[in-house]
Amino acid sequence: MVTALSAASAVVYTRLFRLCQLTLYGSQSVKILVCMKQVPQKDAPLKLNDAGTWIREDVSYEVNEPDAFALEEALRQKEKHSGEVVVITAGPARALQVLREALAKGADRAIHLEDDGFVGLDAYNTARAIAAAIKDEKFDLIFTGLQSDDYGYAQTGVILAQILGLPHATIIMQIEKTDAGIHVKRELEAGFFQFVDMPLPALLTIQSGINKLRYATLIGIKQAKTKPLRKVTLAEVQPAMGGNLQKIEKLYVPQKSKNTEFLEGPPAEVAKKLVEKLKNEVRVI
Amino acid sequence: MAETILVIVEQREGKLNRVSWETIAAGQAIAAQTGWTLEAAVVGSGVTAIAGEVAAKKLAKVYVVESARLEPYTPDAFAHALEEFLGKHPAKLVLMPHTYQVRDFVPKLATSLETTAISDVIGVKHEGGKLLFTRQMFQGKFVADVSFAGSGPCFVTFQNGSFRADKVEAGGAAAPVETVNVDIPDGLVRNQPQPVFKEAKQAVDLTQAEIIVSVGRGIKEQKNIDLAKQLADALGGELAASRPICDNGWLPMDRQIGSSGQTVAPKLYLALGISGAIQHLVGMKGSRSIVAINKDSEAPIFEIADYAVVGNLFDIVPPLIEEVKKAKG
Ligand SMILES: Cc1cc2nc3c(=O)[nH]c(=O)nc-3n(C[C@H](O)[C@H](O)[C@H](O)COP(=O)(O)OP(=O)(O)OC[C@H]3O[C@@H](n4cnc5c(N)ncnc54)[C@H](O)[C@@H]3O)c2cc1C
Ligand SMILES: Nc1ncnc2c1ncn2[C@@H]1O[C@H](COP(=O)(O)O)[C@@H](O)[C@H]1O
Repeated sequence: MVTALSAASAVVYTRLFRLCQLTLYGSQSVKILVCMKQVPQKDAPLKLNDAGTWIREDVSYEVNEPDAFALEEALRQKEKHSGEVVVITAGPARALQVLREALAKGADRAIHLEDDGFVGLDAYNTARAIAAAIKDEKFDLIFTGLQSDDYGYAQTGVILAQILGLPHATIIMQIEKTDAGIHVKRELEAGFFQFVDMPLPALLTIQSGINKLRYATLIGIKQAKTKPLRKVTLAEVQPAMGGNLQKIEKLYVPQKSKNTEFLEGPPAEVAKKLVEKLKNEVRVI
Repeated sequence: MAETILVIVEQREGKLNRVSWETIAAGQAIAAQTGWTLEAAVVGSGVTAIAGEVAAKKLAKVYVVESARLEPYTPDAFAHALEEFLGKHPAKLVLMPHTYQVRDFVPKLATSLETTAISDVIGVKHEGGKLLFTRQMFQGKFVADVSFAGSGPCFVTFQNGSFRADKVEAGGAAAPVETVNVDIPDGLVRNQPQPVFKEAKQAVDLTQAEIIVSVGRGIKEQKNIDLAKQLADALGGELAASRPICDNGWLPMDRQIGSSGQTVAPKLYLALGISGAIQHLVGMKGSRSIVAINKDSEAPIFEIADYAVVGNLFDIVPPLIEEVKKAKG
């Protein structure tokens, strides 16, 4: 009888203890870093510089698309679990715009590695610079985009994970916090997916379309001005960096592989010409 | 001294990923230009049969990098296994296909060896004793020739379709196969992957469609999709889309064309307001005839189009629908 009672109370105690643990975990906040890059706007006409080594920089810029989804995901995780969202970019003065927009959407603070020298780094050096800038901080999660629209290395995130000694998963389409860490959904090729369980802290590279982006509100834009922004100079992080291991020798317009026929004229005429082709050459009408 | 080029072929669940043949073709081309030795490796558990298949090609040697902990794939185990292998069998160049799996572990592996990976390469030149790797930049609007400035090894990943699998040369006799067991310590692997699955049931089979009208972000708003639908109907074809359109939920996922969607090869692929990012092109460039309508004359989609119309799709599509209807009587 006695033993049964104590056994029962033991169960109750364990349950209570679990409950406390659960509530503790449930409210355990997350500190998330989001790496965001500024890239030329999608529709911006790009021109080569005179040396043919890079584009002319007098174009309009925007945030790298998957990075916007990464920020949105971080804000959603914070809203669910509470915590802090920090955004970081490495780029010239103009890149501040990306951080401003992120703060307006709800990020808590920002870090700007500000120097023209942050343009044209290989992914290893960008990751080393970012790692050096956050060396005194501890994040539960780090998000990057899965790749940049300008360089398209598809590497900076995974390299950063390796430098920081974190586990990583790439091309992520869903994130859930669990007791033991996180449960994420990886996109694979040709419509396949895979769930992966992993411990925290971790780094994830985020795929576009993981969520629906929010807009900044007027209040958000106002508040952004008072939020903390830390500037980091190139000199501060340079000791952690090295020479670029890949060098762009030449940038140029790709050669056409096909003999494309351009149909010209006013719309009605073009429509006629195209239907002629579809009828007589493509033979689908 | 002859340097070594190592091709790492990709296998998943014991099956060779066909794109690996393209990487071997790339390796053979570089070996022919440089005179370097070409070897291959297959990484996994119980994958000797694949090594046998690969050994029939013109290669100096094929390695099986083996450990039970390499199945299922994890970046921790793969990066560790290859780091250990390359420590014993150094290579100057390590070539792989630019698959999702490779993207997942190569940056980690290269970083652990304090070197770099030149990613998503579409061509190789050997000029003045120097290797130049061509890769796309700015979503295909430009390409760059990139050189390696480190001491090695240099990892290179090749975009799908940059080399032709049917150009792989067979070897005289089968290349020798050697198994190298790697030691992956307890606790090294941190991720626990679950089985791969396909999400939605396929409601349409676009691979069977002869005519496809495909819409991209140039369509601007969901309500405009109807315009494309009218064109598809007039032509008797199916409607498809680029990824952002499906991400927005304007069309269902099973109508997405590209690397993460469907691969199609219809008689006619008509692209409306699609820029032509490589992840889209890989899903449709095998089409017999490609028509592109785009307001940007520099859009990369025009590089693979047979017929191109530079202009506003909202001006061109309505008269086009009328003309198609007229022609069909
Ligand atoms: C790992 C990975 C996997 C991916 N998988 C896929 C995939 O499977 N399928 C896929 O499609 N993408 C995929 N993507 C995304 C891909 O990189 C591109 O972002 C996407 O294909 C762009 O879609 P889009 O061409 O519709 O949009 P955009 O690139 O924004 O292009 C819109 C085009 O419309 C033109 N336009 C605008 N207005 C008009 C008008 N009024 N008239 C005519 N033209 C106009 C513009 O000039 C522009 O060229 C993937 C990306 C990654 C990194
Ligand atoms: N200069 C940068 N500043 C901040 N984040 C960056 C920078 N460059 C790359 N990243 C991050 O790394 C991701 C992958 O970039 P990439 O390796 O260039 O394809 C991007 O989506 C960003 O999240």
